Order: sequence, then C-alpha cells, then structure tokens
Amino acid sequence: MTSPTLYALTGAALIGIGFYGLIEAQHLLRRVITFNLIGSGLFVFLGAVGARNDGFDPIPQALIITGIVVALSASALAVGLVVAHSRASGRATFPEEDEDA
Amino acid sequence: MSALAAVLVLPLAGALFAVALSGRATRIVALAASAGTLAAALALAASVISHGTLRLEVGGWAPPVGIVLEADGLSIAMIVMTAFVMVAASLSACHMLAPEAAGPRVAFGFWPLMLLLWTALNAVFLSRDLFNLYVGIELLSLAAIGLVALEGKAAALSAAIRYMIFALAGSLLYLAGLVLVYAAHGALDIGLLADRMPAETDALALALMTAGLMAKTALFPFHVWLPPAHGGAAAPASAMLSGLVPKASFIILLRLWFEVMPDRAAGEALTLMAALGIAAVVWGSVGALVQIRMKLIVAYSTVAQIGYLFLFFPLAGGASAEQPWAGGAWNGMVFFAVSHGLAKAAMFIAVGQWMSVRGSDRLDEMRGFASAMPMTAFAFVLASITIVGLPPSGGFTAKYLIMTSAFAAGQWFWGLVMAGGGLLAAAYLYRPVAEIFARADIPALPVPSRVWQVVPLFLACAAVALGIASSAPFELLTMGRPQAAEDGL
Amino acid sequence: MTLIFDAMLCALTLGVALATVLGCGVFRTIVFFVVYGLLLSVAWVRLDAVDVALAEAAIGAGLTGVLFLAAFGKLTRIGVEAEPSPKRFHLPAALGCIGLSGAMAWAWFALPEPHRPTPDLSDALPRAGVENPVTAVLLNFRAWDTLLEGTVLLAALIGLWILTRDEDWHHRLGRLQHVRSGGVMESFGRLLPPVGTLVGVYLIYIGADQPGGAFQGGTVLAAVGLIAALAGLLRPPRITECSWRMALVAGPLVFLGAGVAGEVFGVGFLTLPGSIAEGAIFIIEVALGLSIAVTLALLVIGPPEGGDSE
Repeated sequence: MTSPTLYALTGAALIGIGFYGLIEAQHLLRRVITFNLIGSGLFVFLGAVGARNDGFDPIPQALIITGIVVALSASALAVGLVVAHSRASGRATFPEEDEDA
Repeated sequence: MSALAAVLVLPLAGALFAVALSGRATRIVALAASAGTLAAALALAASVISHGTLRLEVGGWAPPVGIVLEADGLSIAMIVMTAFVMVAASLSACHMLAPEAAGPRVAFGFWPLMLLLWTALNAVFLSRDLFNLYVGIELLSLAAIGLVALEGKAAALSAAIRYMIFALAGSLLYLAGLVLVYAAHGALDIGLLADRMPAETDALALALMTAGLMAKTALFPFHVWLPPAHGGAAAPASAMLSGLVPKASFIILLRLWFEVMPDRAAGEALTLMAALGIAAVVWGSVGALVQIRMKLIVAYSTVAQIGYLFLFFPLAGGASAEQPWAGGAWNGMVFFAVSHGLAKAAMFIAVGQWMSVRGSDRLDEMRGFASAMPMTAFAFVLASITIVGLPPSGGFTAKYLIMTSAFAAGQWFWGLVMAGGGLLAAAYLYRPVAEIFARADIPALPVPSRVWQVVPLFLACAAVALGIASSAPFELLTMGRPQAAEDGL
Repeated sequence: MTLIFDAMLCALTLGVALATVLGCGVFRTIVFFVVYGLLLSVAWVRLDAVDVALAEAAIGAGLTGVLFLAAFGKLTRIGVEAEPSPKRFHLPAALGCIGLSGAMAWAWFALPEPHRPTPDLSDALPRAGVENPVTAVLLNFRAWDTLLEGTVLLAALIGLWILTRDEDWHHRLGRLQHVRSGGVMESFGRLLPPVGTLVGVYLIYIGADQPGGAFQGGTVLAAVGLIAALAGLLRPPRITECSWRMALVAGPLVFLGAGVAGEVFGVGFLTLPGSIAEGAIFIIEVALGLSIAVTLALLVIGPPEGGDSE
C-alpha cells in the first residue's frame, strides 16, 4: 500500500461519513458542516490522484483550491440562509423533519 | 471583441458595475448590459450560422492545459433564448421591482444576481471543460438561490434552503464523477475525452454525474424543491428560474451522454431516464391540477415539462444513435427546450403583472384579468398553447418531431406519453384560462401601461413563431448535433 | 516510516470526522470540524500540495470555522434550540454510505494502470511567466475558471446581503462589538493585525514563485480585518457605502479587464503573452487579493443585524 492509496481510501471514507452525517442531521447548521466534509473528502481523493504518478501534476491542486473557495462561498450563503430562516420562523430545522412534532 | 467573448464579458462586467454603483446608475448599467448581451448573442448566432462552429481556446492554451469555449448550434439556440428571456425579465423588473414598489433591498439585489445568473448560463452553454462547467453551475446555483431568497418571507427562505440542499448535493455528486473521470483519463476537455480509451470507472463516474445533474434539473424524484422555489419568487425571477436554469444542467447531461461517453449509454439506463421523465410529467401535471395559486400551477407545469426533455434519451442515445430518427428527436428536443423557455417566462411575467395589480395570484381572483390587461392575458393564452403543444406553436413542432421519431423507432410508447401529456397540460391550464377570461365586475385597477404588457406578449409570440418559421432553426440545429445523429428524418 | 505517519494521520482524521458527525451538540461539531481542517492541511503537505495546504488551513479550516462559530452565535442569540431530539441510528442510510465509500474505493483500484495520463505541461510552464506551477494553472492556463471563482464569491456575498430584513437595510454590517478595554481581545487587536498584514501581503507577493497566492494571502488579510472588527478598531461598512463595494469588485474587474485587453489587442480573450505574463499576473494577483480579502471578511461578518444605534 502506498501513500496516495492511503489518502485515497481516507478520502473515500470521508465521503461516506459526510453523507451519513448529511442524512441523519436535523439541525441545518450541521447539514452545512457535513457538506463541507463531503467536499473535502472528495478533494483528498483528487489530491491522491494527483500524487499517484511520479510526475508533479499541478492541475488537481489548482482544481482543489478552486473547489475550496467555491465550497466556502456556498457555505457562507447557506449559513446566512439558515440564520435568516431561523429568525423568520423560530426554528433551525425543517418543520416536517421534527421527530417530536 | 469577438461575439463569443462579448456574450460572457458583458453580463459579467454589468454585474460588477451594478454592484459598485447604486440606485439609478445600477439600473441603467444593468439594462445597458442586457441590451449589449442580446446584441452579442444575436451576432454570435449570425456568426455561427455563416461560419459554422466557433471555437475559442481561452488564453491561447489548448487542452489539456487550458479551457476551450465552443459555440455550436445547440449553444447558440440556448444563448439566444436566454438573451430574450433575460431582456424580458429585466424590462418587467423595471416596473415590478422598482425601488418605490419593492424597497431598496430588492432593487439592489435583483440586478447583480440577474446578471450573474446570465453570465453563468452563457458560460455553461459555451464551455467544453468539465470542471469549468462545475464552476459555472455553482455560480448559477448561488445566483438562483439568491433570486429565490430575494422575496424575503419565511416561505421563500425555506424554499431557498431546500433548493440549496439539493443544489449542493447535486454539485457534490457531479464533482465526484468528475474526479473519477480525471483520475482515469487525465483530461477534462469534452473533445479530448470523446477520444479516450474507455475505463472501468467510467460507468460509475457517469452515474454519479447524472444523478447530480438530475437533482439540479429537478427531474422526478428530485423535483420537490422546484414548486415552492419558483412559486414563491418574484415573477421576473421565476421567469428566469423556470425558463432557463434547469436547461443549463440539462445541456451538461446532453454533452456527457452524447459526446463524452456515448459508449456507456446502455439501453436500460436510457429507459430509466425516460421512465423518470414520464413520472415527472404525471406528477407535475397532477400537482398543477390541484393548485389554487397561479404561480404554483406554472411551477408544477415546469416539473412536468422537464420530464418531456428526458423522453428524448432513448430516442437518440445508445442503440438509437445511428438511426435516422435520432436527428429528428434531437431537433425536437432543442425546439422543446427553447419554446418552453420562452413560453414559461411569458407565463410567469404575465402572472406577475396581474399580481402587481391585484395583489394575489389565487385562481379565484383572476376574473377580470382579460378586460383589464388584454395584451397580457393574450400572452398567457399564447404561452399556454405552446405548453399544451397545439399547432402552430413551437411546442407543437417539438412534440411532432419527437412523436414521429418515436413511432419511426418503434418506441411508440414515448409518443403516447407526449400525447397524453398534452391532454394533461390542457387540463391544468384550462382553469386558469377560463378564469382569466371570465367576466367580473371589479373596479378599475391601475394597470401597467401597454408598453410593459407587450413584454410577455413578445415572448409568447416568439414561442409560437418558432413553430411557424421552423425551417431556419432546423439548419441551425444541425451544427453541434452529435456525429451519430447526423442523418435526420 | 513515512507510511506509518501517513496511516496515523489518516486514522486521526477519520476519527475526528466521525466525532464531527456523531458528536452531541452543534458547538462541539464546529470545533471538531476546525481540528479536522487543520489535520487535512497536514495531509496536503504530505501529498506534496503546499498551496492547497495553505488554502485549506486558511479558508477550509480557519475562515469556514469562524463562519460557523459566528452563525452558531447568531442562532443562540435568536434563541433557536441548539439540538432537537436525540438522533437514531439510520441503518439503511449507514449501509448506503458505506456502499458509496466502497464504490469510490473500488474506483481507485480500478483506475487504469500503470500510466494514468498526466497532462503534459512541460512546454507550457516556461511560457507562463511564473515559477509556481499551481499559480500558472490558476492565473494563466485556467484563468477563466479563476475569474468565475472570484465571481462565485461575489454572488455569495450579494445573496447574503439580500437576506437582510428590510428595516435593517441601512445599518452597518454585522453586529456592534463591545470590547472590554484592557482585555485579551483588545490586545490581540493591537498585536495581530500588523503581523497578519505582513504575512498576508507576503503570501500574495510570493505566490508567483513559491506556494502562496492571492487566495491564501487574501484570506489572511481578511482575518486581519475580522480581528480588527472584533476588537472594535474597525467598524464594518454599510451596504450603501460605495467605496467598499468598489473594493469588492476591483479584483474581478482588473482580471476581466486583462481578459478584454487581450481581445482588444488581438491576442485573444484572457491571453497573457509570455513577455508581459509575469507583470500581468502580479497585478491581477494584487487586485484579486485585495478584493478577496474584503469579500471574505464581509462574508463572515454577514448581513446587517440592526440593533445598533447608528
């Protein structure tokens, strides 16, 4: 097992962990956090792909940096939406997803 | 400056200046950018018609180093449609979202978001690089979510969050597939990938990307975010969101299935996509039948109409790719996308104009619409004709092409679905049209001037005109059809 | 030897990720997420991607973490319940996610061997004008991507601003900060900004030839702005203030201007001919870094919340 393989498998596991978190989270802020987990797991996988061959491949790295910035933008808007929605509706979850409702 | 670059630069520059300036200056800059981009779009179309597909290697770097932008028949059909809808939306926003009526927040936010949406749409329609398409789609989603949330009420915010979750999940799935494609082939350019050596991981990559794009296109069962989002947004925003935004992710699907990986288009997968399309048609139509608010009827109609787009896949993909009917199906699909975009936008703007006068879009308050604003009412009726698919509209031409292609292929089931869908559309559009033209004794209302009423009428007429003057667009569409679909009916 | 280090790092990262997902309480989740981000930065160094490590540490862990903490604070102030009923374990979802991970892992091993084709940049790089290959890709080869990416940041900010309540539209962004004089925050506000500014400017400057660049440096500068705002040294602007909005769009405008200049002078859209590439990239990086700094800081500060007396 080589180093890139280790990171690729870690990335794959992170994607799964993140998706599970997304499905079972009810608090909207948690959902946004798990989106970031999934994204970063994907980036780690891509980074491992970039490190796979002996040559240095800068393209995956550029893609990942772009992806990190895009993920931040989406997170910022998502977080703003959650706060605005909570202020307007008084809750931080979607009404139909409340177990005790 | 070349028209291809202009079509991207103008809306982007317009958005940047719209943010930097304020008040009247913003509106002037935005309208100027709209007019300029429309002109550039028409110029680009003229250029492609006379010279064939236009290609631009950004920065002078050829793939796999750089990104390629290409304008083919499909691109310019989408770009020109987008330009018309955007200009109409801008004009209707001038009176519906004026600072006096809607407040400084809405007046500030609408113009940059609209221009950014436009930039993203044009970027997606022109790009030939999978990662560039990802960034374009992200920009599109963020701008669209902003437009949904612009309305400000709790329902709109809730709809925006739901849209955001689906959009982000879709992006991540698309990105996952993209990573696998790059891992296997070391390239992101559609042209380069078309010549690749197939790899084992391609099927998984295609499945992931397709699932993600389906979520963004609101195909059943990923459609739940669409009705509240489009039904709750301001009318000019809904016109853009319904008419244009799903088309972008759909175009990426087309590029993937017909240019990048046509060898992976297994019959079962294509049939599954069409089956989901049928479910969308049924679900959307039934959903529209039970609504009491006009905007929701129109939004559910979008869910149904998006389903039709997916019926095209088994007719032109996989085993059908080399058959003569594939060309007809391709033409029909593009006609459908364009006429739906124009008609849906016309409908939303018409309803929006009535809402700005009457204050509500409930069906029982539609009476008197026709006598108060005859031009707008007529626009709605014309748009309905296109949606239902009656001759001589663009919608009819599209359905005719797809149905003949279905019967020629022996896959007559899809033809039946189209016919059935037309009946369902007539059913859910009957009530609104009847209410609009019903007589009512209502006091005279301050209606928008005829100048504004022309806007949706123009769009609706354009949708009908597509049906009447369909031979010229035909020529146009042959460029950019996948090689395999070259033989038309 | 290094493999053992990598294995430990991966195990730790997975552990922290699990803690993030399974932990009780949103605050704990956020803290674990920041730790996770920092561990990822180390992983990036191990994968020979120092630019990415800088970006992950600054943006992924740092700025995103601050964003979440600020949001959590706002939610607490609104009075929304922190966590609804205890969570059940969704077995079908867990199985589905294991399947997804398994599919990606299978894909890794199913990738074509031994030569995954690497794009050949060897004759493009010398003409790019910069020594750092990642900067060359970001600001020259795939500049259109980066320009769109800057636009995405702006779109998020506009989207965030329109979430303001109508009555708060003319107030300053964020909340009024109350800083205890002589306290830790005030001291940080005096000590950190100069150091941070130096680091940020250096990162932007050095990005052409060494790991660094507009995004990483711009983020550090944004952090400086945030510290200054938190310490009460800098008051966030109002949306209606023109000068700040010009700062926001200056970077993308300069970038776009370079692209248009290419068209006008006949070399093509966003084309940087070899002779001027170095200078052009430097100017673009500086302008972009400034805009990114302002945009990111304003993204974290958020929309106006009203409640202050001005």
